[in-house]
Amino acid sequence: MTDSATTPPSQPMAVLPGGEVTEDGPMLAADGRPLKHSLNRALRREKLRAFLLVSPLLIFILVAFVAPIAEMLFRSVENQIVSETLPRTVVALREDQNLPEEAPGEPVYEALYTDLFIAAEYKSHTRLGSRLNYEQTGLSSLFRGTGRDVGRFDTDIYTDQFIEAEPALEDPVAWSNWMADEEIRAALPQTADVWDAWVKLTVEANEDDPLEEDVEDFVYAALYRDLANGAAPAGFPDVDVSGFETVSIKALFEESDEDWVDPQIWQVIETYSPAYTDGYFLNSIDMMNGPDGDAQMRPDDERIYLKLFWRTMWMSLAITFSCIVLGYPIAYLLSTLPLRSANVLMILVLLPFWTSLLVRTSAWKVLLQQQGVINDTLVWLGIVSDANRLTLINNATGTMIAMTHILLPFMILPLYSVMKTIPPSYMRAAKSMGANDWTAFWRVFFPLSIPGIGAGSILAFILSIGYYITPEIVGGTSGVFISNRIAYHISSSLNWGLAAALGSILLALVLTLYWLYDRIVGIDNVKLGG
Amino acid sequence: MNITRLLTASTALVATATIASAESHVEMANEMTIVSWGGAYQESQLKAYVEPYQEMHPEVSITWDESSAEAVAKLRAQNEAGNVTWDLVDATAADAMRLCDEGLAMEIDPDEDLAPAPDGTPASEDFGEEMLVSDCFIPQIAYSYTFGYRNDVAEWDGKEPTSVCDVFDTETFPGQRSLEKRPHNNLEWALICDGVPYEEVYDVLETEEGQDRAFAKLDTIKDETIWWSSGADTPQLLADGEVVFGSTYNGRLFSLIVEQDQPVNMMWDTQSYDLDGWIIPEGLDEASLARVKDFLYFATDTQRLADQAKYISYGPARKSSAPLVGEHAELGIDMAPHMPTNPENSKGAFVQNYEWWADYRDDLDAKFQAWLAQ
Repeated sequence: MTDSATTPPSQPMAVLPGGEVTEDGPMLAADGRPLKHSLNRALRREKLRAFLLVSPLLIFILVAFVAPIAEMLFRSVENQIVSETLPRTVVALREDQNLPEEAPGEPVYEALYTDLFIAAEYKSHTRLGSRLNYEQTGLSSLFRGTGRDVGRFDTDIYTDQFIEAEPALEDPVAWSNWMADEEIRAALPQTADVWDAWVKLTVEANEDDPLEEDVEDFVYAALYRDLANGAAPAGFPDVDVSGFETVSIKALFEESDEDWVDPQIWQVIETYSPAYTDGYFLNSIDMMNGPDGDAQMRPDDERIYLKLFWRTMWMSLAITFSCIVLGYPIAYLLSTLPLRSANVLMILVLLPFWTSLLVRTSAWKVLLQQQGVINDTLVWLGIVSDANRLTLINNATGTMIAMTHILLPFMILPLYSVMKTIPPSYMRAAKSMGANDWTAFWRVFFPLSIPGIGAGSILAFILSIGYYITPEIVGGTSGVFISNRIAYHISSSLNWGLAAALGSILLALVLTLYWLYDRIVGIDNVKLGG
Repeated sequence: MNITRLLTASTALVATATIASAESHVEMANEMTIVSWGGAYQESQLKAYVEPYQEMHPEVSITWDESSAEAVAKLRAQNEAGNVTWDLVDATAADAMRLCDEGLAMEIDPDEDLAPAPDGTPASEDFGEEMLVSDCFIPQIAYSYTFGYRNDVAEWDGKEPTSVCDVFDTETFPGQRSLEKRPHNNLEWALICDGVPYEEVYDVLETEEGQDRAFAKLDTIKDETIWWSSGADTPQLLADGEVVFGSTYNGRLFSLIVEQDQPVNMMWDTQSYDLDGWIIPEGLDEASLARVKDFLYFATDTQRLADQAKYISYGPARKSSAPLVGEHAELGIDMAPHMPTNPENSKGAFVQNYEWWADYRDDLDAKFQAWLAQ
């Protein structure tokens, strides 16, 4: 339709509905506009109407399906948590020269002290700890433990010395007046920044009025640093800090946990400080960000995902193939039997659909286990000896058997519906022209049934690639899929970033395979129904 | 409806809402959603805590949600969506610690929120530090991972396993074993049977060599092991004779041995303790919180915890409850000998280190899965 509308008029001369004949000009419609435009406009209106008609469904799909999936997949690169929880530390770390050979200098620890104090009040430090623990074992308890200690750090010596030197510094109201003065703020940048954070924290997390609370120690610590740097703003009490007793915040952290002076810890924090990370994707292909920032393979004893991706792929293909092998004869039988008996058989095919998936999978356990029905029968028949019972479950074999059974109807139904449309007269014609049964089937019937195989294969393959519950129950260790790990990271380890990365890769793999399938077989050759 | 009327109506609504919220300081919500594990365990909570509470407060209606197995993930999702629909969640100690770390569970003050023991001992002492493993965790029961074994295996020539290390002895005790498909407990048992004293297990497991040592020990039975992921697996495998040894929760073995009378015996040696209890989700409104706290104060008192043991063989978390444990509600047998906390059973017990596992879970799980896949 689109083609015919946009094809330019093949003749320069034409007769219009009005009987008017134009020469060499564009063909005109009754209203005098060029026919091409009119047609386009009508077409556009039609398209718009069609679009409006489908738009409720489209919006629903976008909101309820595409957006949540996109949001979930986005987590695979998202990493704001580090820079949001430790904003000052991240900046200070960027300027630090000590890494990677040794632990960072005092300014980083000063920044960390403020950040961690605030994070501990919001209780967000433990969340950061569990995030970083995915990259470096031990960070979870490091943050939990020091988060508990940080409120009791001995930084009150600054507070005491300041108040002793200038009692007005104890008064939060006076503080808020100073901190409203732009010049003072500019002269005391660290203090102003930390003061704002403290006010925000007091109001938000503690729901107190900052004008009635004691100013926290970390504000005085920041003030000391500003004044020690030589700031002397007008309007602010003139305190000489040169004689002040000082305390090393680095030492306080080391006292809380000596891991804080381990450069490796800081390397991890620095590597994961940007807002976006490739770490989850690297992890999902058994790689990691090495100490020098380059991607490298994980140690041998931690590589699982590539193996699982590969296993998921080949087992899904094998399951699809066994579905074809088992399903094709059944579908053929169904399509050639008289309707009455075909219907009875059809019910048998559909029966598994009406039984709970868990029940069906558990039934396989009873059948397949070593003391199960199949092994018992084989031993009784003397085919296998009692000592060498077959291992049919809790391995890849178990997954293949149970999944083939579960996915079989998805193969049989499209096959059946396509075979139903192949007229029996074709086979008779082939035979009447001298083909034997096999030739007639192979040269006539089988090629016509290929669209059904295509549809069934796509259904069975895509379903099996994301299957979770059956491999979990009967798969043991050698028959589990990548989806089992995704489920584990979603519900047990809470590493949603990694789960999202694994899911993205799986999605990309399926789309690639679909594209390949379209190139090789052609998606037009797929028929789900007559 | 014109604008003025609309405005008046909405002002009235806001006013009522304000009054309602002002009143809620004393009022308690009459609906409560409790999340638990389903099955016999949830039944025991219903009988021991909820039904007596509802007798006292007939106006309260309770909705059960059997989502405890996915509690952490679901609570996180609810929290991110800004719509927490649960009032009280039953969780294992490890999950409670994670929920606390994630800021999804509320911190509690045991002495203020929980009832003292009948003799006046404050709750924090009655539970004890070994039970109050996280600031958000309100312990209910101690359960344990133990081994059950078939007592009719012909190849064993009448010998009976007495120690967890017999699980690793495939010469004397041939047959298949079932172990859980995650590193917890398995690595500890492997090290203990490799000669590491209890108190050094986690120090050893922290090192690369220690982990290799544990995996090497597990390697000796890897070919004879079926790995389970659901608590119902081991009882089924034992009952069918598919395995001769199997680890699972002691309550599952109790029902297999005592209630279903299968030819299986319990091996308490080196049982590994774990805890289960309540957490209150962060972000409840005042009325719901008041109701939850009222319920918890009642449901975790000495008598209630002891009552639960009538229905399931898990040990009450309070020291003061132990002497009150009575008989099984239906079978009429004395429950004390079936409790993991019973002195006779807890002699060789091993206590999991939750804090340690919170750090090493991700790392060791990756290694464990890689090891399984080899």
